[in-house]
This record gives sequence, structure tokens and C-alpha cells, in this order.
Amino acid sequence: MEPTVPAILVLEDGRTFRGQSFGATGETFGEAVFATGMSGYQETLTDPSYARQVVVSTAPHIGNTGWNDEDDESSRIWVAGYVVRDPSPRPSSWRATRSLPEQLAAQGVVGICGIDTRALTRHLRERGAMRVGISTIDLDPQALLSKVLQAPAMAGADLAGEVSTDQPYVIPARGEKRFTVAALDLGIKSMTPALMSHHGMEVHVLPQSTTFDQITALNPDGVFFSNGPGDPATAEHAIDLLRQVLAAGIPYFGICFGSQIFGLALGFTTYKLKYGHRGINQPVKDLRTGMVEITAHNHGFAVDAPVGVEVDTEYGQASVSHVGLNDQVVEGLQLTRDGRLVGFSVQYHPEAAAGPHDAGYLFDRFADMMADWRNHA
Amino acid sequence: MPKRTDISSILVIGSGPIVIGQACEFDYSGTQACRVLREEGYRVILVNSNPATIMTDPEFADATYIEPITPEMVERIIDLERPDALLATMGGQTALNTAVALAKSGVLEKYGVELIGATVEAIERGEDREKFKHVVASLSDLPGGAPEVARSIMCHDVDHVVEAARELGFPVVLRPSFTMGGVGSGFAHDEVELRAMAEIGLDASPTTEVLVEESILGWKEFELEVMRDRKDNVVIVCSIENLDPMGVHTGDSITVAPALTLTDREYQRLRDIGIAVIRAVGVDTGGCNIQFAVNPATGRVIVIEMNPRVSRSSALASKATGFPIAKIAAKVAVGYTLDEIPNDITGVTPASFEPTLDYVVVKVPRFAFEKFSTAEDTLTTHMKSVGEAMAIGRNFTEALGKALRSLEDSRAPLRLAGPVMDKQEALRSASRPHDGRLQDVVQAFRAGATVAEVFEATKIDPWFLDQLVMILDVAHQVAKAPGLDAGVLRLAKRHGLSDAQIGDLRGMSPGQVRSLRWALNVRPVYKTVDTCAAEFAARTPYHYSTYDEETEVSSRTKPAVLILGSGPNRIGQGIEFDYSCVHASMALSAAGYETVMVNCNPETVSTDYDTSDRLYFEPLTEEDVLEVYAAEAAAGPVAGVIVQLGGQTPLKLAAALQSAGLPLVGTSPQAIDVAEDRGEFGKVLAAAHLPAPRFGMAASASQALKIAAEIGYPVLVRPSYVLGGRGMEIVYDDATLTTYVTTVTLASETNPIMIDKFLDDATEIDVDALFDGQDLYIGGIMEHIEEAGVHSGDSACALPPITLGAHVIDQIRTSTRAIAEGVGVRGLINIQYALAGNQLYVLEANPRASRTVPFVSKATNVQLAKAAALIMMGATIRDLREQGILNLASDGASVPASAPVAVKEAVMPFNRFQTSEGHSVDTLLGPEMRSTGEVMGLDGSFGIAFAKSQTASYGSLPVAGRVFVSVADSDKRHAILPMQMLADMGFEILATSGTAHVLRRNGIDAQVVRKRSEGTSATGEPTVVDMILNHEVDLVVNTPYSGASSGSTRQDGYGIRSAAVMADIPCVTTVQGLIAAVQGIAAVRKGRITVRSLQDWGPLMRPRP
Repeated sequence: MEPTVPAILVLEDGRTFRGQSFGATGETFGEAVFATGMSGYQETLTDPSYARQVVVSTAPHIGNTGWNDEDDESSRIWVAGYVVRDPSPRPSSWRATRSLPEQLAAQGVVGICGIDTRALTRHLRERGAMRVGISTIDLDPQALLSKVLQAPAMAGADLAGEVSTDQPYVIPARGEKRFTVAALDLGIKSMTPALMSHHGMEVHVLPQSTTFDQITALNPDGVFFSNGPGDPATAEHAIDLLRQVLAAGIPYFGICFGSQIFGLALGFTTYKLKYGHRGINQPVKDLRTGMVEITAHNHGFAVDAPVGVEVDTEYGQASVSHVGLNDQVVEGLQLTRDGRLVGFSVQYHPEAAAGPHDAGYLFDRFADMMADWRNHA
Repeated sequence: MPKRTDISSILVIGSGPIVIGQACEFDYSGTQACRVLREEGYRVILVNSNPATIMTDPEFADATYIEPITPEMVERIIDLERPDALLATMGGQTALNTAVALAKSGVLEKYGVELIGATVEAIERGEDREKFKHVVASLSDLPGGAPEVARSIMCHDVDHVVEAARELGFPVVLRPSFTMGGVGSGFAHDEVELRAMAEIGLDASPTTEVLVEESILGWKEFELEVMRDRKDNVVIVCSIENLDPMGVHTGDSITVAPALTLTDREYQRLRDIGIAVIRAVGVDTGGCNIQFAVNPATGRVIVIEMNPRVSRSSALASKATGFPIAKIAAKVAVGYTLDEIPNDITGVTPASFEPTLDYVVVKVPRFAFEKFSTAEDTLTTHMKSVGEAMAIGRNFTEALGKALRSLEDSRAPLRLAGPVMDKQEALRSASRPHDGRLQDVVQAFRAGATVAEVFEATKIDPWFLDQLVMILDVAHQVAKAPGLDAGVLRLAKRHGLSDAQIGDLRGMSPGQVRSLRWALNVRPVYKTVDTCAAEFAARTPYHYSTYDEETEVSSRTKPAVLILGSGPNRIGQGIEFDYSCVHASMALSAAGYETVMVNCNPETVSTDYDTSDRLYFEPLTEEDVLEVYAAEAAAGPVAGVIVQLGGQTPLKLAAALQSAGLPLVGTSPQAIDVAEDRGEFGKVLAAAHLPAPRFGMAASASQALKIAAEIGYPVLVRPSYVLGGRGMEIVYDDATLTTYVTTVTLASETNPIMIDKFLDDATEIDVDALFDGQDLYIGGIMEHIEEAGVHSGDSACALPPITLGAHVIDQIRTSTRAIAEGVGVRGLINIQYALAGNQLYVLEANPRASRTVPFVSKATNVQLAKAAALIMMGATIRDLREQGILNLASDGASVPASAPVAVKEAVMPFNRFQTSEGHSVDTLLGPEMRSTGEVMGLDGSFGIAFAKSQTASYGSLPVAGRVFVSVADSDKRHAILPMQMLADMGFEILATSGTAHVLRRNGIDAQVVRKRSEGTSATGEPTVVDMILNHEVDLVVNTPYSGASSGSTRQDGYGIRSAAVMADIPCVTTVQGLIAAVQGIAAVRKGRITVRSLQDWGPLMRPRP
């Protein structure tokens, strides 16, 4: 067994956990959140929505299947830090090309292991998500606490600029091209355009600063806003852009952050959940069909909208389409005009990766909506 | 959708006796189902022949039928009760097969009974391999394409099987259709093996079908537990990974939850397939289990099979996740959708979710090969384990260590110190799947093997192998540390090392390690199984220990009673003890105590988080129990610790727990010692002037011979410590005794053998009684049908006793009281007597709940274990009589004339085991217990009650046809009369020459058939074995030749009995059994067998107050 390097984790309320270094050594700060998925750490770590967050894995064994060349959701690991109980020393998977600790160290991601992750999770559940620091350099809790308190909070953070692509790029449609989609990258996961592509969509992934004119220049059949990190209330450009899209009547689909932007564009508000939804076992009810789907979640904010009520907006009739069954949080919105669907969004992740595929039908719904729009345009 | 209101009564079918492959997990699921359905307001009708179940307690159903689970008997129940619906997915393969038979014969249609849970079509799509294959292949819409099944060919005869194997290439797998627990299935590596297995498999299949399949031996094996409601919502409750790769039945594998070696993509592929399969098969309402094989080199996925019902795996998954599959399946079966059902653990979230775990669960099987010394112990796709233990830890190593010590098998915990094996030898041994393979793997690593080498030998996933290497690294650190400080101890504990293992590494006793550990404050904390990895607060205190920072045990004000359960099922200690523990919990909870259950058996009702106020899923070892006690003592007052209800497992801990200061209640450990120590117990008997058979203890052959000469043959010999009569034999001569002492038991000063006078021709009597220090209450007196010498657990018995006179009953009462008083019992005591001539001998006394407590409770309508628990906590028998828990004036020794006769019959697992030559093991009953379960037959008269017990356990007694008889000389005289009766009833009698000769002289026409040793005659006249195998005989009567340890006569008997087992023909091996069978046959011939519910019998069983 290799000698271990001590590490310390300090929360902004002073609670301290002592463990061992995992991944890179050094010091890191961010918002502490827990994620309950038992599989898919590679996808989680590379999900841009986790930017600036220190992720606590509730599943104790992490790294079992190592790291492979296919499952990244973006070009890098985004989490600010990683907290696990029992990292696997050696991976076992026919697809693995290297180990998780190697990959974390290579990308400079500081982690801690060997701590009571359940105690930490319960603490976050009771007290809410909060700032945290992990260090292998400064093992004095007080000193680390003062640094934690200087770190920025998540509420009010505008992070889309940090994670979005600099240059537009195109994911071609697989098979026959049926639609052109303009996808605003607010922290997009690679599985999203990949699934769209499977549905015959040519996806133009655009930087978060893209203008409405740049979008219309593509002559898209639909516009998509992706997931992403940060406080949606700060995303003024995106909200403004979406209002122009809606006013133009272009079909809209949003995921996660893109759903919050949709809510804000429609005139609803957003708020920060106490400790968020981060897991791949979350039940959501589709109010249109009454069916329950098990879905992947990763959101700290949510839309505040009335359930079971149609709200008139300047873009049409807005309503809540999906509700989380654990806590009745709004998980999806839809917009109809003259009884026809013109926009919808979900707070969760139909692209999964990691997570179940139950909500994959939403990509069909997007395709149907675009086809319907084209037929009636 | 709300629950259905168009049905109001539901028939639930249980799973019958505990057999290998179908154990108390179905009592757990059935109990949950009955409870839920009653809560929902349905009238519940239950049929189950197993009296040792909680589900057959009269309060769990409106009408409880302890009757044989056969289509004929169930039809009679349907005729009487007219249920609207039938739920058959809770009672294992037995219930499912019965339901399918009832549907196919038109009974369900005739009476307008709707099958709920799964339709016949769905059951067949799931279970019929050809249909299932088509279902899987049809799922081409799945992302990633249609799943694959192993390439296979369905065959109906042996030649076709051979042809198919040639096409697919050896090795191939054989899978007979519609069999339970994999009977007749396995790998064939060559044609010889194939032909032998094909014959067995074709025979075992009710449809004479065997599937020949490509081999996926050595692949990774996974299972998913899937639930679906009638709105088509589907959730995966749990994933399970088998540590033992493909080739070992999942029931015999070490399994782990959740799956640990799949990436999300691979896991989601299995999930997609699982959901698509349950939808396509059309299990509309309920749970099912789907098994997968994954090629470790390429990831190719093969769907192996599905069970369209709850299963052993679903019980495990329920315990592993906190998601009660059977309970939810029952709700879904009556129309609820998953989102309408609350998750009881959180109270605020719905059941339409997928549990997520922040711990690791390991299940390890428990085997009983020591009971079947000639049986081949290589593990195959044919399940052989008799029980299992589960453990929960915050990581794999911790859970594995806990699980292995939960087995209570000294060979199971990983040996981390001591002599190192030869590497090649260890690898060779590890390459063959068998009980103890994991130990070989660890020894191979200790001998220097690499992960690659061990993987090559075993195909166990390198991730698990690496974890074992990690355990050895930790052990190395423990051994090499200059001193045991808190850091090293904590490291060892976090990887599951017990105090005993740490002690082995440091040359310390477990007690010394514990003292040091406590001094350094290295103590476990208790976490909660909450279905959601702490995302939501849990309301249910379902705990497990781990070495982490924060404990979740909440404080309480009510006094607690800790009840120690019975651990993994094994032969001699099974569901009966769990029954008593559950009853204690119910009674004490009702009496105002906070009940705390400690157990590690995932199959049981006791480990349902609904059963007790608190549940600790922990090993039943001194170390683990002391820690649970410490945690509960810190949480609030502890009024008592109960060790007498869970069998030997907790009883063995009594002295240690008492010396550690735990408040044991009930019979004291000193009193237990008095009963167990032959010398002390002899004094009790002497003081009361009670005779016992003469006995002695011997540490060598010469001593043994001397004792035998003194007390006279035959003698009963056994090792001094026994459970379920292990190693017992009846010996008739010096030569056999010498062999026994020197080779079988290796007697020594520290391990002497006991030698008892064996009472030939004695009637054995079993008594269960309660004693409170003042009053005695006889629970029941059971008269054994087989003579003394057959282990009481294997012997059929009747209650009330069918031949004992009032004088003997009085003697039993006086003797029982004297023993209970002399030993110092507070609670239950079980005493075995033998009546030889007119003399009542005391054979043994066990001051604890016995295996027969549930049977007696059912047969007398008095719940003895509840009474015992209350007595242990200070109630008196007088109080309990007044409260109506016990009979007011009488007791179980004086059963009212209106009461029925209850017959208990043991169920033997002989058909599960084969010798290495492929023969079935001998079926003789003896002093060593071999039965796995029991059934009860209940009727107004003994004959029908006995006949029912036979129907429920082995298949119905024939009412006409051919009887083959061959009895030992000593039995011939007693066999004449019953054989005469059979002849008079029109049976054709076949016999071996010796027996035929005696019968003819007594005027019974008997036809001589050839012995196997005589072979087929020149004219082609078959031997008796051939005739049995060809189903030309309807009943076999064969008693063993006493004392002959070898010779053709004995071999002939073995061949005859084995053939009967293989042909599934009733086989009687004692004269007493023959007499009872004849009584049964006569009674059945006389009239139609009727059924009657326990609720109807109840008032007749207890005298009016």
C-alpha cells in the first residue's frame, strides 16, 4: 500500500473532516454538493455544470472502472474538488485506459478520501449546500476556514462564460439530416448533441455570447439551450436571447440551466434549493401522460412556477409539464401557442450520461415539435 | 390509479416446506403480501403447508389453510372460499407452478378467479426458455439493438441433446424447463457427462424439455430486480453482482450489491434491457428478477433468464436497499401505481424511484456438505447451499469480513496469518468453484500469486481480487506495526478485520484486542439503510455498523429488549427459530418494550425493518453483539437481552455476553450449562429419580470399546459438541465403533465422543414446555412416528400423541417439571424422551426454543414463543393464562377431543446432491439431521393428517397400484400386518426374495423381483431399480439392514432408495413409517380429503374457558 498524504476538508460553518489526499495535492475551494449516483463518475466529473463545485460522492467505491476514452462529457474535468470514501487503487474494465487518481492528478483536481462521506452528506442535507475547502498543504482547520470564507458563493455566480465553447462547431446529423438546431453552449454535455444527431439533427453548438442574428443566420428549425453551472438569475444575455427566439416563434428546447432560462424568459422566477438534486434515481412525473420516469438530476436552482395552472405570457400559454415527485419541485415547463407546442424544457437530464434513459423520448418530442412548426410555418 | 375495488378477496399461495432453493425468503415476501392486502381491506385466504412460517400465523390472513400446495387441494380451497383473485408471485416456483396448473386445467375460469401479479401468458413468456428467447430477440427498438441470449437449442430426448451440443461446441449448459433452483441443470464438458445429465434433466422437467446452450462460463454475472406497475412505470430496485463468475448458481455465489464493476454506460444498457424485458414479458404488476452475463474482455451482454415473481434475490435486494419489493409488489398487484405508494423509510418520497446505496452489501452462501459426506461439493448451476448471511459495510472489504464471520463457520473468515499454502496447490484448489474457494484465493495471494494468475484460475473480476490483496496489505500493516495504535486498529476495522483476525496477526486473544480497542476508543458507529444515500431523512431505524465518524442511533426513553436472531439457515437451525424471534418481538413490542432485533439472515421475517422497533443487520458474534449492546445501552435503558429463541447461535454467546455484563433474561447461562453438561444434567435426573439411557465419554478407541461393553450394543455415538446431530451414528459392533472413533471423529481428550445406550424399538417423544420458576405449562407432546434413533428433526411426529396413555402423559408432566425446575428454566424448554417398554427415558433437554415451537403453536393455537418472551421479562404463567395467551385451566398435554391431529413431516434434500460418480446420495434417515424443512398435515384423524403431510412433502401416497417391499430381518415381523392391509386394499406386492418368502408364508401374495446385485436376467427380466426408474412402482418400502456397514444387501438398499428419489416415488424407510402410510392410504381410500382453515380449527384446538 502506498504511503498516504493527509488532507483536510473544512466547510464554511467550520465542520472539519480529516482524510487522505486523492488525485492532485494542493488546495481547492468551491461549493460543497453531494451526488448520489452509484455509477458514472467519469461523466459527472466532466460535466461542466459542476464547475466550481466540490462534489461529494455518496457511493463509497469510486474509480472501480478507471477512466476510458469514450465517456467524457466535455474536454476536461470541471469539478473543483472530489470527495470520496474508498477510491479504488486499480481499475477493472475492458474499456479503461488509466486510473481515476491518475486522471485527477493529471488535470490537477484536488480530492480527499477516507472521510465519513455520509456524515458530510447529512450535514449538507440539514444545513444546505455551502462553501468548502480541501487542502493537503494547510492542515490547520482555522486557517483553511478563513480561506473558505473568502471564496465566492454560488448564488449570484455567472459561470457560463467559463465553461462555454469559444468557437461554434457543428455535430452533423447521423443518417439523413432532418433538422438544423442552434444549441447555445452554457456548459453543454457531449451526449446532448450526440443524441440530437441520432435524431437527424445537425447541431450547431454556439458560444454563450451568440446573438439572435447569429442564430437566425443559421436558419434553425429549433433552438436549444444547454445545462450549465451558476445562478440562472445572472444570465441576462441568455434570457434576453431566448425572449427573442420565443418572440420569433422558433421552437425551443432547454435542459437544466436552459430550463431555468426558459422559466425566467417566461416571467417566472428561480430560487436556490437547499441542497439541490444531484443523482440518477430521481422520479419525475410527466403531467401530460401521468407516467413516471427515473431521471438524472444535477441542479442547485429551480424555477418557481404554479403547477396545474396555465399562465398567459407574451409568447403563449406557459405551464408546468413535469414535477419531481420527491419534493414537488418544477422539473419541466412547456409553452403552447394556439394549442400547439412551441417550446419546452426540463430541469433534469434526458441525455442522461450518467443516468437512466427513461426521458430519451424528449428528443423525439423536440423533433416532432420542429416538424410540426415547419409544417405549419 | 387507486386500488381495485372490483375484487374483495384474494388467495395467496405460499411456497411450502423449506427446501434448497426455496427457503424462508418466501415467508418474508408472503408475510409482507398478506399484511399489505389485509391493511388494504381485502379478505386474504392463504394456503401454505409449512407451519414454521410467520405468514401462517392466524392473524396474517382471514382464512389460513395449512394444507398441501397441490392443484387438487388448492381447488378445494377455492371451492370453499370463492376468492376473486389469486396472487401466486409471492410463493416461489411452487406457487407459480400451482397457479399455472390451476389456470390450465380451467379451475380458475370455472370459479371466476383472476390471476393477479402476472398472467399465465406472462409467466410462460418469462419461464419457457424458447418463448423467453423470442421475447428478448424481439426488442430491436432498444438503443444499441436487440439484446442477445446465449445461442441454444431446445431438445426433448437425449440423442437430440448430444446433436445440439456438437453444433454449439463443448462445454454446453443444460437447462431443463420449469424446474426450481436449477434442478437438473449444469455444465457438460463431454458426451459422457452430457448423456448422464440430459437424462436427469429431461426427467426433472415437467414438460420433458432441456435447453442446450452455448457456454458463458467465467463471464461476469449480474442481476437486476425490476418492478412494474399497471401504468407501465418501471423501476430498477437493485443491481447485484456475483463475485463468483458464471457457472455457479447465484444462490451459491458470493454476491454484492450494488454492482461494482460496470461503468454507467454498461449499467444503463443492462437497465434498458431489464425494463424492455419486463414490459415485453408482460409482468404487469409486481417484481421480477433478470440475470445477465457480461463478457469481461469485450462487454458482450447475454440475457440469461428472468423470474416473473419475487425470489431469493428480491428478498436480498429488499434487505440490501430498504425497498420492500414484496410489499410494494402486493400493492401494485391490487392496482396502485408506484407513485401512489409512499416509501416508508423516508415517509415523504414515493416508491417510484430507484434506491441508491452509500454502502456495500455482501451475501455469502452457507452449505451443508458435512451432512452429505458422499456428495460432490463442486458448485454448479444447480443450487446446493442451505442458507445465506448478508452483511452491510461502508465498503466491500468491511462488508465481506462481516459476512464471512456471520456464517459461523470457523473456516470462512479469511485466514490472514499462520502457515502459507503452496501457491500452485492454492491456485489449483481455487480454480474449482466450491465452498471455501475465496479462502483458497486469499491463500494463493499469501503464497505470492498475482492478480493475473488468480484471475486466470478463477475468472473472479480483478477488482474483487484487488480488494482481497488490499485486505492482505492491511493485515501486513497490522502484523508489522510496532504497536497497535488507534490508527492501525481503525485501518484494520475499516477493512473488515475482526478482533479475532487482528489477534491472529498479533498473537493476541480476541478479548485482548477488544480491550485495547476499547481503551483506544476505536468503536463502530451505526449508519442507516435509508434507500437514498442520506438525501432524505430516514424514519426507520434499520442500522449497520461501520468504522466511521458519525453514529445515527437515536436516543430513546422506552426500555429496550435485544433479541438475538439465529443467523444463516442451516440444517438443524432454520426458519423455526426465526419464527420464535419474530414472535418475541411482537409480544414484547405489544407489552411496551422497544424491541431491537439483531440478525444477519436476509431471507427472514426478523430482518424486515417492519418487524421490530429497531433492526441491526449484524453478525451474531461476541464482538458484534457487544458493540450493538453498547450502542443501545448508550441510547437508553436496556431491559434485557434474549438469547434463547434463536437456536444455538445466540445460545453459544450466552456465557460471554453475561460475563461482559449484559442483562440476559430467561434461563441463565449457568442453567444452560447444566442442561448441556452430561454430568450436571445426570445429577438433575438422579435427584428427580428419572432414568436416562446409560452413557459414557471416550477419548480413545479402547475407552470406547470398554464403555460399549458395559452398556451393551447398540450404542449411539457422537462428538461431544453437536448441532442437528452432526456426526451421530448408531453402532452395533466393536469393529464399527473402532472405525468411528479412530477415523470418523478423531476422538481426543479435548474432543471426546459420547456413547449412549441406544434404545431399540423405543417410541420417541418430544415435549415443548414453559416454566416460570413456579408453574409449568406443557405446550405440546409430540409422538414420533419413526423410532428413536432417527433425529427428531427428521422424524415425522403427531400431536396430540396418537398412542400414549394417560399414565405416560402424567409421567411426562412430572418429569418435565422436575427437569425444568432442576435445570432452572425461565421460558421454554424442549425435552426428548424415549418410551421403551413401559419405561420413560430422558434423552436430552434443551432449555431454549426448539425447532418444534411453531408446529406446536399452530397445532394447539397457543403462541408459545410469545408467552416465553413475556416470561423471560418477568410475566408468570398465571398472568398469561389470565390474559388468554395461554389456556386458562388446561395445557398442551390435554388436548380437547374436538382438536385435530397435526402431523409434522420432515422434508429431505436428497434430490439436490449427487456423489462424484453422479449417483444420488443415500436417503436413509439416521441420528444425523438432514432435513431442510417441514410440513404439517391437519385433520380430524391421524390417517388423513398423515396422508396430507406426505402429499405436502413428497407427493401423494398412492391409493392403488404396485408396492415394492424389502425390509430388514428385524423388521419383517412388524411389516406383515401393514403389508397384508395393502394387499387387501388391492395393491400388487413386489418383494425381494427374502421378504417375499416371509410374506407368502403369512398368506400375502408377493411377486419376487430381482435385486440390482442380481442384474437383469437372461430373459430380460428387469431389476427392481429398473422398475422404479421406469415408474412401474408406486410406493417403495425399504428398511436398512442394521449393523451391516458394507455388503451387497446394503448396496441394494441404497440403489433402491436412490432410484426412488430419482423417480420421485414415495419411499418409506422405517416400519413405523410404513404403518402410518398404510393408515393414510386407508383413510384416503375411504373418503374425500377435506380442507379446513386454522381459523375454523382454532376454537376446537383450545378448550372453552
